[in-house]
Parts: sequence; C-alpha cells; structure tokens
Amino acid sequence: MLANFGFGVLVITFLLSLYGIGAAVWGIHRKSPTWVDSARAAMMLTWPLITLSALSLIVLLLTNQFQVNFVYQVTSRSMPLYLKITALWGGQEGSLVFWSWLMSSFASAVTLRKWERDREFLPWVIIVALVTLTFFLGLVIFVENPFARYWQTPGGQTIIAMIPPAGATALIPPDGNGLNPLLRHPGMIAHPPMLYLGFVSFVIPYSFAIAALVTGRTDDRWIRLTRRWTLVAWLFLSIGLVLGMRWAYDVLGWGGYWGWDPVEIAALMPWLSGTAFLHSVMIQEKRGLMKRWNMILIILTYDLVIFGTFLTRSGVLSSVHAFAQSSIGPLFFGFIGLTFIISLALLLYRWNDLRSEGEMNSLLSRESLFLLNNLLFMSILAVCFWGVIYPLISELFTGQKVTVGPPFYQSTTGPLFAGLLLLMGIAPLSAWGHSSMKLLGRHILKPLVFSLVLLAVAAFWLKVTLWAALLGFWLVAFVGSVTLYEYGRAVLARRRATRENLLAALWHLAARNRRRYGGYIIHLGVIMMALGVIGIDMFQTQTQGTLKQGQSLQLDGYTITYNSLAVFDTNDNRNVARAVVSVSKDGRFLAELHPRRDYYYESQQPMTIPGLRTTLADDIYVILVDWQPISAQGATFKVYHNPLVLWMWLGGIVFILGTLVAAWPEPDPEAAIERVKRRATAPARA
Amino acid sequence: MLKSRREIIALAVLGLTLALAFVFTPPVLAQQPTPSDDQVNAIAHQLYCPVCENVPLDVCPTQACAQWRELIREKLAAGWSEQQIKNYFVAQYGERVLAAPPRRGLNWLVYILPPLFILGGVYLVYRVLRGSRPAGAAATPLSPPPATPQPLSPDDEYLRRVEEELRKREQA
Repeated sequence: MLANFGFGVLVITFLLSLYGIGAAVWGIHRKSPTWVDSARAAMMLTWPLITLSALSLIVLLLTNQFQVNFVYQVTSRSMPLYLKITALWGGQEGSLVFWSWLMSSFASAVTLRKWERDREFLPWVIIVALVTLTFFLGLVIFVENPFARYWQTPGGQTIIAMIPPAGATALIPPDGNGLNPLLRHPGMIAHPPMLYLGFVSFVIPYSFAIAALVTGRTDDRWIRLTRRWTLVAWLFLSIGLVLGMRWAYDVLGWGGYWGWDPVEIAALMPWLSGTAFLHSVMIQEKRGLMKRWNMILIILTYDLVIFGTFLTRSGVLSSVHAFAQSSIGPLFFGFIGLTFIISLALLLYRWNDLRSEGEMNSLLSRESLFLLNNLLFMSILAVCFWGVIYPLISELFTGQKVTVGPPFYQSTTGPLFAGLLLLMGIAPLSAWGHSSMKLLGRHILKPLVFSLVLLAVAAFWLKVTLWAALLGFWLVAFVGSVTLYEYGRAVLARRRATRENLLAALWHLAARNRRRYGGYIIHLGVIMMALGVIGIDMFQTQTQGTLKQGQSLQLDGYTITYNSLAVFDTNDNRNVARAVVSVSKDGRFLAELHPRRDYYYESQQPMTIPGLRTTLADDIYVILVDWQPISAQGATFKVYHNPLVLWMWLGGIVFILGTLVAAWPEPDPEAAIERVKRRATAPARA
Repeated sequence: MLKSRREIIALAVLGLTLALAFVFTPPVLAQQPTPSDDQVNAIAHQLYCPVCENVPLDVCPTQACAQWRELIREKLAAGWSEQQIKNYFVAQYGERVLAAPPRRGLNWLVYILPPLFILGGVYLVYRVLRGSRPAGAAATPLSPPPATPQPLSPDDEYLRRVEEELRKREQA
C-alpha cells in the first residue's frame, strides 16, 4: 500500500516537473508572467511531493517491509534504527530518490527568494533545474524503482515489479540482506549526503549561467547572485571528499586514505573544476576578464557532477564502490552529452558578448596568478580524466585491460599540486591590476626568511633528507608564513587606527572582508592537510608478521606486542575476532589497541577495523590480518606507521570554518539604507 | 693414552681434516630462509588483484589474494627475482595486474598525452598574458592599470557598449 503511494506520488511529481518546464517555456514565448509564476509554483510544489515519497520509502525501510526489493537489499532485522534510515542512500534506487529530493529542495529555495531585480533569469533557472530533476525522476520511475516488490507468478517464478501480473501473489522474505558492512561507519553515513549536497548545489550556478547566456545578461550579475551557492556547494563537496578519505583510512584497511580509484577521482574532478571556478569568477568580478572561461568552467563542472554521479552509480568503471551496477549507463551518458552540446552551443551563440574588458598585462598581478592557478587545476583535471578513461579506451581498441594506478597519478599530479601550494603563498601578496617583482619582493622577504628558518629547524631536528619532502615542508611553511603575515599586518594596522584589542581587531577585520579572510583561513586548512599528506605519503612505513601471544613486532622504534585474542558472536548477527595489542616505545607503554575482524553472516562479508593510536606527530595503525582458531599458533598483524596524518583531519575542520567565514551573509546594504532612512524620518517617538 | 708418534700424527691429521671439513663445507645443507611477510608485501604492493577491481594485492582481503601472496612467497624462496615474479603474473593474468600500463603500443598515449595537454594549456596562458600584442614584444612587468572602468550596474553596461560603438565609429 505504502509502496504504491510512494510510487504514485513520484509519478505525479514527474508529470508536475514536465508541466513546469512547459509552463516556463510558454511563459517565455508569450512574455507572460502568469505562466512563469505557474512554473514557479510547480517547481516549489515538487518539494513536498518528493518529501512524501522519500518519507514513504524511509517508513518502508524502518518497518522491515522485505517484500519491497530495495528494503530487502539494504536492511535486515538486526540493524539498528539509525542505520535503517541511512540505508536510504545505501543502494542505487534510494540514492537516486535522495538526489532528486536534494535537487528539488535547492531549486525551491532559489525560487523562493524575491525576484524583482532579475526577473528574466527566473524562467530559465526553473527550466534547467526542472530538466535535471525530470531526468533523475525518470531514471527512478522507469529504470531504478525503489518501490518495486517481489511477486511469485502462478508458474512458480519470482519476479520484481511495481504492478503484479495477473494471478501473482506477494512474496515476503523473512529477513533482508542487510546494509553492506563497509557502509556501517559514521563516515560513510555522512559521506554520500555531503557529496550529493555538493553535486546538487553546483546545478544552481550552472542554471544561472545558462540563464545569463540565453537572456544575453552576460555581465557578472549571474556570478554575484550565485556566489554564496558556489561557495556552499564547494564546501559540501570538500567535506564529502574528506569524509570519504577518513572512511577509507578507518575501514578499508590499506593504512591509506586515497587509492586513486576511478570513483574517488570521479568525485574529485568536479571539485577541481569547482575550485578553479571559485577563483576565476573573482577575476571577472574585479577586472571583467575571463568571461568565456568562467562559462566553460561552470558548464564543465555541471557535466562532471553528472558524470561523477554516473560513474558511482553505473559501475561502468567498477572499483571498491562496485556495489552499484545497472543499466542506467547509456542514459546518463546521453544526458551528459546532450547538456554539454546544448550548453556549448549557447556559449558560442553569445561568444562575442563575452569579450573581455581589458587585458592582463602584468605577469605577477593577482589575476595572472589566478590564471596560473586555473592552469594547474585544469592540468590535474586532465590527468585525472585521462587516467580514468584510458582503461576503457584500451579495452575498447586493444581488448587488453590495463590498470592506471597510483604511480601514474602521483608522479604527474604531485608537481602540479606543489605548484598550487606555491601560488597560494605568492597570490595574497599580489594586487589586482598590476604587480611587480619590487612590490612582491618587499612583502615576501620576511615570510620567506621565516619559512626557510623553519625548514632548516625541521630538517635538522627531524633529520629529513628526502628532497621532495623538504620542498613540501618548505611550501607549507612558506604559505603559512605569508598567510599569517598578511593577517598580522592588517590586524596591526587596524589596531593602530582603532585602538581595539587583538581579538576584536581580528573579528572586525574578518567581518569587513569575509571573502578574503575566510579565504586565508581556508588556505591555512589546506596547508595543514598538505602537511598530513606529505607525512603519510612520503614517510609511511609498514611491517607484517605472525606472532604468538607475548611476541612483538618492531617498527620505527615502536614495539607492538600481541597480548590476546577473543572470537565471539554479537547480537547484531556478526562474528567478531578481536585482538588485544599493546604499543610501547623505548620501553614505555603508550596504548592498548583492539584491531578486529567482523564477519557479517547475512551478507557473508568480512570487514577489518584497525586499532589506531593517534597523536599530532604520527599514527600507529594495526590490522588483524589473520589468526589461527586454536590460539597456539598465533595471529598475523600488519602495522603501519603514518606520520602527521592527524593534520589532515584537523586541516579539514579549519577548512570548514574558513568557508563559513567566507560565506557568512553580509548585511544587505539596501536593508541598512532603509533602516537609516526610517530612523531619520521617525522623530522622537519615545 | 697415545701409543706412538704415528698415532699422534694420525690423530692430528684426523682432527685437522675434520676441522677443515667444517670450515670448507658450503652451507648448502641449510634451507633458504622463508621470505618474510614484508618481502612478500613489497612485491605484492606493486601488483593488483587479478580479479577484484583496483585493489592492490598486498591489501586485498580475499582468500584468492592470500593464495597469490603465498605463491609470491614460494617463488621468492625458490630464488626468483622481483621482475621474474611480476612477469609471471602478467603472463598468467594479463597486463591489468601491473600498477601502470607497460610502455608499448597504444599505452604510450597514457604517458604522452597529459604533458602535451599541459603544454597546450601553458601556451594558451602565455597568449592571454601577452594579450593581443605581436609575438616578440617584451612583456612589461610594470604597466598602468587598464583605463576601462568596471561596469557597476546594468545601466553602466549599456553606457560601456555605447562608448564602444562610438569608438568603433571613430576608428572606422
């Protein structure tokens, strides 16, 4: 009953969004505000409808309705409540419903605001948002239906369908498969929603860009309107990526956080073009340059977002995420191709209107440095895209499957990322319009010297000789010094002028220029993450060995001793083998760790959970690889020593704080003027 | 008790022979030490699981991968070199077990195209930074800010376009 209701509501929503597209087109054709308002109403009505449908699905998940195929696939009786809710995005069909719900939410939020000033954008924004929404709803209704149920035909066959054939009876399995064990981790609960939030929010700037192209409003109005959306979209995408890294570190048992897996790269690519876009729009706002390039970037980001969703969902390039395989590949591919071609056609149509309003004539000006920033991001994107596509090309043309793995990506993108770090250090010192070596040189000297001193200290104290690591550490120190120096100079100047205390000066500075100081904080977050990356990528060591009880492994001065092992069943249907190991250094006991191996009976899948000891300096990461049931023989452990990894997660948090500062709404100047006027015209009423 | 000088010499020769025998016996009697897990992992790390997608052989948790790692251990114990073991896996399971496509045939594209693309990007950036000045003119690092004002609102946008039209007519 509820399944039919949920599906029916979804069909109504699909028809409603088709209507919305039609009404908007008609409204544009007839220049009729009434029709456009009707389209707007249709857009906003999709939200409560999809919410109802999603809620029905969640209720089905919570009440163990295993006759529904999706519920059977992702839940089981023994799962706790919160996991049953998050199972909504634990499978193909539910994920697509969730994606559609987010699309409807954001599009409705955008169409809620007052539209007096930019009325001509409205119908086109509605059209782009609804076209995207219709596509995803269509996928759900026609191809990946979460409400389809199990039926047994009179002939004894089991089928999955929405509407049963005549004479069929409902088939109700006693219990479900249960959520993939890899997904039962806090990071994995938040990672898909965060990524989807990021993906879907990028549709909004794209729809405004298309609206600008169609209506000929090719000034930077569309950028100013969507500035906050872009920043928030970028934030969610970044959080999603960092959560994914944390999940991989905690649960996949490689001792690492990034495997250059095609699906990881699929989520990274829109982030790369999105970050380039974030910087490049500032060039258009300040100097009126790069208008065509900004259009190209946002079109690219939109299609990469759909491509990213497609790669994760279609299993065309299977990977660790290969639990989602289906026939929606060609449909996605067609949609991406169509939108890309139409967007490019629109861009070519307005090509001449997007001419730049000047030139970049100073090599070291901020806009040229941002241009170099874009070059580096696009190069990394090109490398990633090529590496992801090539195995398909190889299989297509030579029949030979190949793997393009970490060595390729690391050696090509490493120098490019280093270049980006360098730019992060120089750009804050440069000015819009023009800059010179003399100008930069004056301000660069102190941070440069400071960073070299820091580097020397680090090199001698930590005995680092690897030149790549030295370069990396220097870049981190350099960017940190420049950023803090810039902030410090501004704070001191402000204090001299206003005589505030330090904290108040910091606060007011950031409040006055949120984008700049938010940006600086984000950059600090980035270099903290870079520090973690250098530590783990260049200095990770590992060892493996089989130990009897009481024996130890040695790694980098640490001693890891195997104390005991217990094997038992839990009440949520898994078998746990839990080892107790102690970590000590130079004879001093540091921590007791519990690496374990969980085996889920329902899905017959094992999961390794490492024992982790974390400090600012390094992580000790212990995995239980194997054990002999009769404890006489011993157990096999793998130990990783990961220096500086904690800085990655701390950097992620600083990242988020910085984006909040940058995105915090500034008081609306028009509202402030109104307030002042009202106060002036209202005489003493007290 | 030693009977005569001959017996002493015989005993000495025997003792010497035994001593020399111990010294010069090659240690071929002792087995090759079993390769440690670390040695196996060092090689497995450079290979990919032949059946699971994109999972390195040293971390793959399946039974099949455990057996493949044991296979590496056996081959190491038998004296095979790292390259020989890798070639064996490639011969058995195809080129996908390697972490990077071997440099031959179509695979050269993997290594050549990215640098070409990046160079193309560098050229584009160079063109933008030089503006539309003819090639060969030195770029002046110091130059006055551009004279065109920024459009502040849609009205100024029209003004700018009117100015541009007028300028075009003047030049015509």
